[in-house]
Amino acid sequence: MSTAASNLEILPRGVQVTLALGLVALVAFPFVGTDFYTQMVTRMMIMAIFAMSLDLLQGVTGLVSLGHAAYFGLAGYVLAFLTPAGEPVSLWWTLPVAVLASGGAALLIGFFVVRTHGIYFIMVTMAFAQMVFYLFFDNKLLGGSDGIYVNFKPSASVFGWVPFDLDNKLTLYYITLGALLVVYAFLRRMLWSPFGRTLAGIRVNEHRMRAMGYGVFGYKLAAFTLAGSLAGLAGYLWGVQTGYVNPELMGFQMSAHAIMMVILGGMGNFAGAMVGAFAFDYLLHVFKDLPQFGSVNLGKHWQLWMGLFIVLVVVLAPRGLLGLAERFGKLSKKTGSTS
Amino acid sequence: MDLANFLIQLLNSVQYGLLLFMLAAGLTLIFGIMGVVNLAHGSFYMLGAYLAWSLSTYFGSLALAILAGAVLAILFGVALEWLLFRHFYKRDHLDQVLLTFGLIYIFEELRSILWGDDVHGVTIPDLLSASIPLTDNLAYPVYRLFMSAVCIALGLGLYWLISKTRLGMKIRAGAFNREMAESLGINIKLIHAVVFALGVGLAAVAGMIAAPVASVYPNMGSQVLIMCFVVVVIGGIGSVRGALIAALLVGLVDTFGKVLLPQVAGMLVYMLMAGVLLWKPEGLFKQ
Repeated sequence: MSTAASNLEILPRGVQVTLALGLVALVAFPFVGTDFYTQMVTRMMIMAIFAMSLDLLQGVTGLVSLGHAAYFGLAGYVLAFLTPAGEPVSLWWTLPVAVLASGGAALLIGFFVVRTHGIYFIMVTMAFAQMVFYLFFDNKLLGGSDGIYVNFKPSASVFGWVPFDLDNKLTLYYITLGALLVVYAFLRRMLWSPFGRTLAGIRVNEHRMRAMGYGVFGYKLAAFTLAGSLAGLAGYLWGVQTGYVNPELMGFQMSAHAIMMVILGGMGNFAGAMVGAFAFDYLLHVFKDLPQFGSVNLGKHWQLWMGLFIVLVVVLAPRGLLGLAERFGKLSKKTGSTS
Repeated sequence: MDLANFLIQLLNSVQYGLLLFMLAAGLTLIFGIMGVVNLAHGSFYMLGAYLAWSLSTYFGSLALAILAGAVLAILFGVALEWLLFRHFYKRDHLDQVLLTFGLIYIFEELRSILWGDDVHGVTIPDLLSASIPLTDNLAYPVYRLFMSAVCIALGLGLYWLISKTRLGMKIRAGAFNREMAESLGINIKLIHAVVFALGVGLAAVAGMIAAPVASVYPNMGSQVLIMCFVVVVIGGIGSVRGALIAALLVGLVDTFGKVLLPQVAGMLVYMLMAGVLLWKPEGLFKQ
């Protein structure tokens, strides 16, 4: 699909500086922003983790999954089921269980889907995700179409000692930021590990990797499972933040939004997915918040604006924001050298 | 389950399967010939249903509405192909997924602006509103038989078009080797436009004839789209014959699943797909 250079696997100095500045901004944000915006940025960071998990498949391994939201939503549901009606449940065992549940589902479904290629992979991941969606949507026992509430935020207490309180919005913000950094550092490190190099090799030329003796099926399945688990981490945090899960979280729209986030930022380097998630979520907020214009409520038709935006991006900037920045960078360099 | 009941379910499953075939045939042709994955295919089904509803209230006749609607849908398909899809045939599947996902949002919202968000019913024409009695208290509606007949007629027409006519020969040539067909003087752009419009037309007609039975409601395209994906995956992408057999299979499993195993009915079709994938990862009739 593309070479390492075009995927920006090595981030240019300019992008690195921008990311560092972004981190400073994220650390400082709660001191400047209002409560509403702090919560919005928390949600954006959760979506960024989700988008990075998809980028592992889409950008690194070259597997376009149109059903990634299933693993995101599943972990949220696990938290909702494990939380009793009357008291909070411990973070320390529900988080691993939720992540394992998502990872387990990804392993099971991955066993079927990673043997398919290209267009089949897209269709089959979507179909299996819809199966999970309808399982929850149709069953009253599993919450049905209304979804279920997470009655209490998980407690972080260890033998009576409480290191932090997730009910505090500021604490949750910084915990999410911490999770975002850990996932980003882990994925960036993984990208340069032998495992990450193999996945990138599969993207560039799967047949050649197989000819060189790599067990491609196993590597793809491992990537699919890992991506599902990380999506589960994001879904768990989503359940903690909103206190409510519904089948929409696993839906086809959510999966497509994640693809859009990864594309918007530029795929294959995780930084782009992160930037894309922030940009996309902010746009969604802007479009839904458009004012009343005469007799027409522009915000009510947010899908129209989002649809037009997506079509425009695909037509005009298929390589995303980072790709666009790089292209302009190259352009100015070229004109600089010729003059 | 007694015989009459079994017969009714069998007819229902065949009718559902044939309807799915109308949609899946277009989807699989558009992929097989142009290499485009089209998520917006369900929107054409919705477009057809809404056209049937608004035109039949305008004309006062469903038959006229279907004829006029089919023409409108085909014109719409030609315009869409010319404006957007034509430029995406050689692009990455990822770009096609995003483009057509964006189109779903746009179509859904235009539908909301044009026709509103209410659920509508379409009345069955008097001629077809009767039922055939099977036993004392069981009867089968004629309209459903009519639906199956329309699907069969269009399916046969499609078969004739692709395998017996000169145009069909060009379509097959284009699918087999695009460059070779082009160098032999076949206008491949025209062929692509015809195939795309044909796919849109089939999906819209499916929506129009289903409208009196399924009613007309927002987002009606997305559920049917997923079923079409399952059909295309089982049948093998690009194969119209595969789509037919897979559609009938899915119709049978879905309909009888709902009657015999209602608890897991929603999952059965996907299990069928998983089984086929294990056995033949590229579908039953890979081209």
